Amino acid sequence: MHLFVQSIIIGVLIGGVYALLASGMTMMFGVTRIINFAQAMFAIVCAYLSYSLFTHFGLDPFLSVAILMPMMFLFGYGVYTLLLRRLGKAGPAMALMVLFALGIGAQGVTDLVYGTNTITITPSYANDSWVVFGFQIPVIRFFAFVMAVAVLGAFHLIRQHSKLGRALRATSQNPAAASLLGVDVQKMSAIATGLGFAAAGAAGPIYGLIFPFTGNSQYDLLSKLLTVMILGGLVSMPGVIIAAVFLGVVESVIAATISPDWSSFSFLVALFIVLMVRPQGIFGGHRMQGALW
Amino acid sequence: MTAAPRASRLRPSGLAQAAAFVAVLVVLPIAFPAQWLVNLFIFTAMFAGAAMAWNLIGGSAGYPALGNGAFFGVGAYAMAILTTHLGVGGGYLVFAWAIPIAIGTAIVFAPIARLLLRTRAAVFAVLTITLLFIGQTLAYNLVSLTQGSLGMTLPSPSFPAARYDQPFYYAMAGLLALTMLFCWGVRNSKLGLALNAVRDDEDRARGLGVQTEMVKLFAYCSSAGLTAAFGAIWAYYISFVFPGFAFDPILSLSVILFAFLGGVGSLSGPLVGALLIVPVQQYLAFRFGASHLYLIAYAGVFLLVIYLLPNGIVPSCRQYLTRLRRLRSGPTAPDASLLVSNVTAGKSQ
Repeated sequence: MHLFVQSIIIGVLIGGVYALLASGMTMMFGVTRIINFAQAMFAIVCAYLSYSLFTHFGLDPFLSVAILMPMMFLFGYGVYTLLLRRLGKAGPAMALMVLFALGIGAQGVTDLVYGTNTITITPSYANDSWVVFGFQIPVIRFFAFVMAVAVLGAFHLIRQHSKLGRALRATSQNPAAASLLGVDVQKMSAIATGLGFAAAGAAGPIYGLIFPFTGNSQYDLLSKLLTVMILGGLVSMPGVIIAAVFLGVVESVIAATISPDWSSFSFLVALFIVLMVRPQGIFGGHRMQGALW
Repeated sequence: MTAAPRASRLRPSGLAQAAAFVAVLVVLPIAFPAQWLVNLFIFTAMFAGAAMAWNLIGGSAGYPALGNGAFFGVGAYAMAILTTHLGVGGGYLVFAWAIPIAIGTAIVFAPIARLLLRTRAAVFAVLTITLLFIGQTLAYNLVSLTQGSLGMTLPSPSFPAARYDQPFYYAMAGLLALTMLFCWGVRNSKLGLALNAVRDDEDRARGLGVQTEMVKLFAYCSSAGLTAAFGAIWAYYISFVFPGFAFDPILSLSVILFAFLGGVGSLSGPLVGALLIVPVQQYLAFRFGASHLYLIAYAGVFLLVIYLLPNGIVPSCRQYLTRLRRLRSGPTAPDASLLVSNVTAGKSQ
């Protein structure tokens, strides 16, 4: 029982990181209808950058987020305006593949620069943990969770309580109507892409602190994020966050009680079971229509 | 859009093209018997065939399937398990197993495909790529069957060392020809029309009475089965399978790349795409070996193709030719009719 509760705690804390990454994808998808297949790889690129900043300049990985987030925002803005926007009629399915290709190219670059050995970021507090009512709470995972919640809170504020957020929501609800009312749809799409990438900038260093990683870890992470997104219903921010925490818990419980080998697998099985019952995800009412290429 | 010329039935010119294609396939390793070249031909045939198989679901039906590497891996592991655990004999007989593996994969996959095909567009893309992750996880973790991360070594056949690669080439080329025949058959039947109707507007197609569910299921399952057959022969040739190589995300992407480069939805497009890229890729891998450069080059070529040649080579050339023909058949009517009749006469020879 103790082990069970312990693994739930760990699962919730990790779920925060997944929630952060996946909600970035949701933010982007809501406005652009593009699923960011490179989110996992960009998070790993940020983990590598944070590792470099830490080893060369002694910058704490949590602080490197302050550099990486704006950088990733600009990168996302650029990727949308230079690449994704031009796809025009070919649309979201094509954009998804362009991003997938970008992710693979980025892995080539990190493999070239950092090699293919597994990397861990180990600040002095790497192995510290607090004991609360007999349960261990690792310091890194706790702060990772706090930070994920903080960034998600900021996203929420931007989306719900600012003029920009209103324009973003309007674009995601009805691009044609929004543009008639004076919203620059392309600019909103670029900003949404930037915000989505910024989530990767925030989550990357945390991911690097919690998990040992290589460029090849992108597929494992990507499969989790995609599962979270689909289960959460693609456009629903609360749905994606709940799905992320839920799957973080399931993964952690299975790793503790059955075997870590099968923990990633549980994501995928959950995905298929849910699809059999509800093809639109747990929280989504959204179903995509229309021609693809 | 101009109506693309399409062989609706077996015409003499089509038959001649097919005969020439088969002749080239047969003669190739005899004309160029160097081992590294035959090796290159094997991989080209394999990728071309896998890209053609992808084109059934991805091109004709317009469903963005990202996980075809999963079927390749399933075929490879099926072959590895058959030859090591069951000991189905060595030599030439093993090649024949590719066919039951293909049919078996298609049948076993059918219920899963039915589930997947309830979704569309981006969701479909996501689910198909999870197939790849599922396959890889199973290959890593079902240790008693697959030996997990140790990989499996297949028994190598006792072909004469000097011409060791030749039988593999003929198996691969035979499968390629079979795939081409299959795709041609689908394309020139009611099924092909139904698939294109699904691609253009699925809801309307269903409204008009097209059995969209069955048509999509057939396209996806046959795509899966054919890809598995290529995986099976690949495994026998490499004689070693490992989860990370057999279930390769890059393979999933490259078949799409070849199809896009050559022309999505056209019959020969994937073949042309593979013919252009695979030799270069194999040469680079042979020359530099470093896999990370290869990843960067891959992404680069993919982006170039998408942005510079969005229609692909084959449709672009076809458009260019028809435009040229129309230009030549200039203002005066008699000249034009003469020219057109010349062209058609030249074509049927």
